[in-house]
Amino acid sequence: MLEAIAQRFRHLAGDVERWSLRLVDTHHEGLRVRQDVLQPPLNHRSTGAMVSVRQGGGNAYAATCDLSDRGLRECIEAALRWANAVRNRELANLETAPAPPQSAHYRSPVAQGWESWSLKHKVELLRHTCRSLKIGERIVDWEANLAHRRQQVLLTDSRGGRIEQEFHYLYPGLRATANQGTRTQYRSHGSGELACQGGLEQLERVGFTREARRVSEEALALLGAPDCPNARMDALLMPSQMILQIHESIGHPLELDRILGDERNYAGASFVTPEMFGTYRYGSELLNVTFEPGESEELAAYGYDDEGLRAETQTLIRDGILVRGLGGRVSQQRSALPGVACARASDWNRPPIDRMGNLNVEPGESTLEEMIAATEKGILLDTNRSWSIDDSRNKFQFGCEYARLIRNGELAGVVRNPNYRGLSATFWRNLRMVGDYESYRISGTPYCGKGEPNQMIHVGHAAPACLFGDVEVFSG
Amino acid sequence: MAEAQTSHAPDAVETYFRELADLLEAEREPDEQFLLNLSGEDTDFVRFNESRVRQAGHVRQIDVDIDLLCGEQHAAGRLNVSGELRTDWAALNQLLHKLRETRAAVGTDPYLNYARTVVDSYQHRRGGLPQPHRAIGDICAAAEGTDLVGVLASGSVYRAFANHLGQRNWHAADSFNFDWSCFAGNDRAVKARYAGARWRAEELRECMRQVSEALALVKREPRSLEPGRYRVYLSPAALYELVSLLCWGGFDLKAHECRLTPLLKLAMGERRFSSEITLYENNERAFTPAFTREGFAKPDKVTLIEQGRFVNTLNTARSAREYDREVNAGTGYPESLDMAGGQLPQNQALNVLGTGLYIGNLWYCNFSEQMDCRITGMTRFATFWVDQGRIVAPIGPMRFDDSLYRVLGENLIALTRERELIMDASSYHGRSTASARLPGAIVDDFRLTL
Repeated sequence: MLEAIAQRFRHLAGDVERWSLRLVDTHHEGLRVRQDVLQPPLNHRSTGAMVSVRQGGGNAYAATCDLSDRGLRECIEAALRWANAVRNRELANLETAPAPPQSAHYRSPVAQGWESWSLKHKVELLRHTCRSLKIGERIVDWEANLAHRRQQVLLTDSRGGRIEQEFHYLYPGLRATANQGTRTQYRSHGSGELACQGGLEQLERVGFTREARRVSEEALALLGAPDCPNARMDALLMPSQMILQIHESIGHPLELDRILGDERNYAGASFVTPEMFGTYRYGSELLNVTFEPGESEELAAYGYDDEGLRAETQTLIRDGILVRGLGGRVSQQRSALPGVACARASDWNRPPIDRMGNLNVEPGESTLEEMIAATEKGILLDTNRSWSIDDSRNKFQFGCEYARLIRNGELAGVVRNPNYRGLSATFWRNLRMVGDYESYRISGTPYCGKGEPNQMIHVGHAAPACLFGDVEVFSG
Repeated sequence: MAEAQTSHAPDAVETYFRELADLLEAEREPDEQFLLNLSGEDTDFVRFNESRVRQAGHVRQIDVDIDLLCGEQHAAGRLNVSGELRTDWAALNQLLHKLRETRAAVGTDPYLNYARTVVDSYQHRRGGLPQPHRAIGDICAAAEGTDLVGVLASGSVYRAFANHLGQRNWHAADSFNFDWSCFAGNDRAVKARYAGARWRAEELRECMRQVSEALALVKREPRSLEPGRYRVYLSPAALYELVSLLCWGGFDLKAHECRLTPLLKLAMGERRFSSEITLYENNERAFTPAFTREGFAKPDKVTLIEQGRFVNTLNTARSAREYDREVNAGTGYPESLDMAGGQLPQNQALNVLGTGLYIGNLWYCNFSEQMDCRITGMTRFATFWVDQGRIVAPIGPMRFDDSLYRVLGENLIALTRERELIMDASSYHGRSTASARLPGAIVDDFRLTL
């Protein structure tokens, strides 16, 4: 279907100096059983076109969901109108953009397709899992949800480039809320961070059904737990919290468009400056961070970014030293810094900007048991609940759903409302131990917000558990 | 003033909507009912950095949501459409087929709830929006000599509802929202908004003049601040950030019933806000549709908190049925929030503050302890040290962590008499129509932590 639209578009584009067309077709289905009641299933279909033009020295875009000849023609005219309006007033000159490849493909690996299970089968799975969450009267709200998104993208341009990509996303989630009086605690498994690429086979990997009872048991345990103590101590971040720590205090600060100032009015700038690349000690020498678009189960796996740049693995932080930023072709040109293929758009109705993609902390050599044993006074922090960081991505404060104290090398009691705060610029330098592949988990979030106009996009983060020294921990 | 020549006039979208409703009526089977919602926009977006254009373009999008019912059986689907029935019919027909299949497979929906009484409504606010050349020219001229970064969103937004009972509701509005800041170095900036329905270059220039005045203060030698407790003035924009977070779960009926609301202690009478605090959803402002997605007419006003005490939740159609209440909202979070003003004249705010912090904006707020309504976040943009009623120096970003039961409770000194209307500039997937009208607040012992 997308190719047929592209063919009509090529004819309509006529004598436009230079154009590119990104067609996106998305089909989203969502199922949710809350308190054992199936909510109306979601069934969303969206197809649209993003047209970018360069004409007379001006660059602009127009996007439309009217894919008729009339709609495409009007879309081209709107883009040309804006290209004319911005001529001589643009911040960046894009004339040297390389041509995308003539023919390229990417597809998420899927072992068991979404359609291979009937609607009834999927609903039964959710009903069963939801019932497993209700383990007592004090569980006052409980739900199991599962969604799937198939997205086909065709990127083509006036120089004959043509890239086809097909993505399959799976979004599993469990949540239990426990209450007694005015005290409420909740525990989740997969409120976004278990989202991944692939098919229904991923449910087994993430333990969708078997984790239900644990989720509710931990919610109840939190209800009766004491408050997290206020003290400086070691913090052992599990992968479900590492995702947020990586995202906010490495991912965003390394985005070149933030460093270039594009986001200063909204998402913010960065404490990282251009001269830091190549020399700045971001973390201890145990810290290795990689941009890995080829990690196919992660949310932001892809073959090419939305400007047609081939996506390849790149090291961003090596042995603690900052070596490369997160910026697509335009930001690389503007900053004269190396970057990665990460110019991405949330949908057909938004232009590409710099996004994180899959941003991973490489595993180290310590087992989880070794890290606990090496901790005299500390806390294990699991599953992000609250996040806040300044506009330069330096002063942060994060909270978790669940925590256990560590005393003299052993896990101790559960504590509730754990929070910790620090500075990105020093926090990673206190990385004491990095977990091995045993604790390494693939996760991510579909909810990374940025850009003007705003864009919510998928990013992937994989990490092992990591131990940090001298962290300010406190109760909420 | 020439108006924008968008390729699809709002009238054409309205005609499309009415024809689509009629088509669904003709296509529905005898035992079927339907709800139809349309949501769309034609928007120009211009993004600026360093007072030049970073990205510019136009977005046209129309989504239709169809709920196909058969008694209590319910299936829902969304499709984006071209705006021409002949083009869209195949996809619409396919969706109807899919919904009939789904409906049969999933059984009854115990919380299905839609308006059975027909209440039509019509609102179409036409404005004077700038053409591309003019918008860019006016902004670049006004910003000359400054480092401006931000976004202009300008165009028409549409919302509509129809059902099998013949109800028809239409809401369309032309509007622009220019949300920007001017920088005088890292972390030293002034933020401003110019929003409305009729673009006037002279109004933009006046906004820019006020920004320039504030920018002169931002350029002064900054003062460093230690964490601690400070007397502060929260501007309406800063207060908006706190109240916006409170709105997520603070008033939603389901969040209250599931004991997840940050206002649980307030609702149960365990805590109170100051008697100066009165909050209500003011639907009379009419920037949002007067109808819900299930066809219920919204009440003109829903009082949420009155003189510090919790009064009402916002009850969406589904939650209202689940918990046996009256529908009074389209969403569980306020979209047209008003906070009552206080007694303090705005021009005396700094004098009453005395010595402390003037906080122009807060940012990235989140709950550090939801059940205690405790919020952390950052100061951002224009924040100043004030000495004996005079602004003396800018302050760099500071983290706060405090409970709203303290900030809007025992530590609230005064609210300003004047209030500011803030138009939500967010545009995830589509442009927001939300707004809030708030006073400024003087607060004692505000906790800065980092």
